[in-house]
Amino acid sequence: MLDVRGLKKVYESSGRRIEAVRDLTFTVEAGELVCLVGPSGCGKTTLLKCVGGLLAPTAGQVALAGRTVAGPPPGMAFVFQEYGRSLFPWMRVGRNVELPLKQKGLGKDRRRELVADALESVGLADAAGAYPWQLSGGMQQRVAIARALAYEPEVLLMDEPFAAVDAQTRADLEDLVRRLWRERGITVLFVTHDIDEAVYLGERVIVLSASPTVVQEQLKVDLPAERDQLHTRVAPRFAELRTHVYAQIQAAKRGTAAMVDRAGEGTSKGA
Amino acid sequence: MKGANAALGAAGLAAFLALGEAVPRLGLVKEEYFPPAGRIAGALGDELADSAFWTALGSTLTGWALGLALAVSAGIVAGVVLSVVPRLRRATASTIEFLRPIPSVALIPLAVLLYGTELRSVLLLVVYASFWQVLIQVLYGVQDVDPVAEETARSYGLGTWARIRYVLWPTALPYVMTGVRLAAAVALILAVTAELVIGAPGLGARIAVTQASQAVPEMYALIVVAGLLGLLIDVGARSVERRALAWHQSVRGEVAV
Repeated sequence: MLDVRGLKKVYESSGRRIEAVRDLTFTVEAGELVCLVGPSGCGKTTLLKCVGGLLAPTAGQVALAGRTVAGPPPGMAFVFQEYGRSLFPWMRVGRNVELPLKQKGLGKDRRRELVADALESVGLADAAGAYPWQLSGGMQQRVAIARALAYEPEVLLMDEPFAAVDAQTRADLEDLVRRLWRERGITVLFVTHDIDEAVYLGERVIVLSASPTVVQEQLKVDLPAERDQLHTRVAPRFAELRTHVYAQIQAAKRGTAAMVDRAGEGTSKGA
Repeated sequence: MKGANAALGAAGLAAFLALGEAVPRLGLVKEEYFPPAGRIAGALGDELADSAFWTALGSTLTGWALGLALAVSAGIVAGVVLSVVPRLRRATASTIEFLRPIPSVALIPLAVLLYGTELRSVLLLVVYASFWQVLIQVLYGVQDVDPVAEETARSYGLGTWARIRYVLWPTALPYVMTGVRLAAAVALILAVTAELVIGAPGLGARIAVTQASQAVPEMYALIVVAGLLGLLIDVGARSVERRALAWHQSVRGEVAV
């Protein structure tokens, strides 16, 4: 479904050259939920923006369902970390969700149907008439998710969507994403710096190295499909997986030690 | 609180009027040049009954409204075009900084040469003065577009025109409103100035006539009218602003979440 090949991104400004992403290759299968996790400042956001067609890569390519991504493709929807800035404060919730559909050229009835359905499935059926700033942070991020759902994307890109909400809200939103993913069968690429979140959510976790970024390890999460905050997080397998990812991230920060770890169990589990 | 403020404001105004009545009566200033408030009020009443006054008021308001409308539309269009084409913005920045500080009244001789005492003279000055107020605000406003909002719009496939309409314009609107409010005040000043100096028909010309004919209370009455006009315009502009920006944090106030 999503194919990232040899992706490289170098920022050049006034003589300074920053290599944010060196060489990334991975694929996401249709209907998969993949989490990208890496040390802070490792170019996760840059990577996701390249995937979403918001940034042009310096080298390499991104393909969605076989077509090279050269600009934001119609089959992708983006959920940003900064929900307060990503939702338009001058539009009511319903209009915020509807706007991308208008651009898609959908008819009025179809738009209304999609908006109602999307708001319903994030539990905000009666918030359509409110302004985003009248809602709590968690609710605002739900609206942003509803906007993405209504867009009916093949691939949903989420850039640290829950980094700015409190821990309890965050747990609810994680379960919401799992549920929507299972119900709707969308492909999700979820970027986070939170190791527990990555393991809890993902079917597969891709661990990134420190900048300049390469794929440190790919890890299949063999937890049961039914997950819940109470039991999954205390399961021995969950602890093993998160410890393993944590060790990988620490190795990634140190740089050289990564090679040793990689030779061990890491890559054998890769997808 | 609001009631107390209003009462205090009314008391202040009453005291001011009483002072305006007392000072000339006590002979502290010459009544000839500074008639008591009561006589000014009387003259104002006479003016209101005179159809020539209403014609003059109409002319002033026409010059003001037409000039403001032209300046606002031109300012918005120019501002948006300049910011959508950064090259153009850089090419014109220095010229704008040169033209903007030229006081509009310095163009009076030019206006007279071109249009004499016609309405177009007034319009030239009004438009020149208020155009910059709007343009500068629009230029600041469009720079305020949030990169996250812009990226959101791009990621959902909004094209250039849709981004101008749904992201750039609402972002710039608070600035535009400020620009329009400033421009409305400046436009009135220039309309009256142009009439006063050039003699184009309107309140300003009528003030000049009353002054020349030593009708001092009438002159003050017309000045009061000009002042009230300015006040009404400001109140009107503010209420439009509040309505259009109900969503904006400067207007919406604190929200219980």
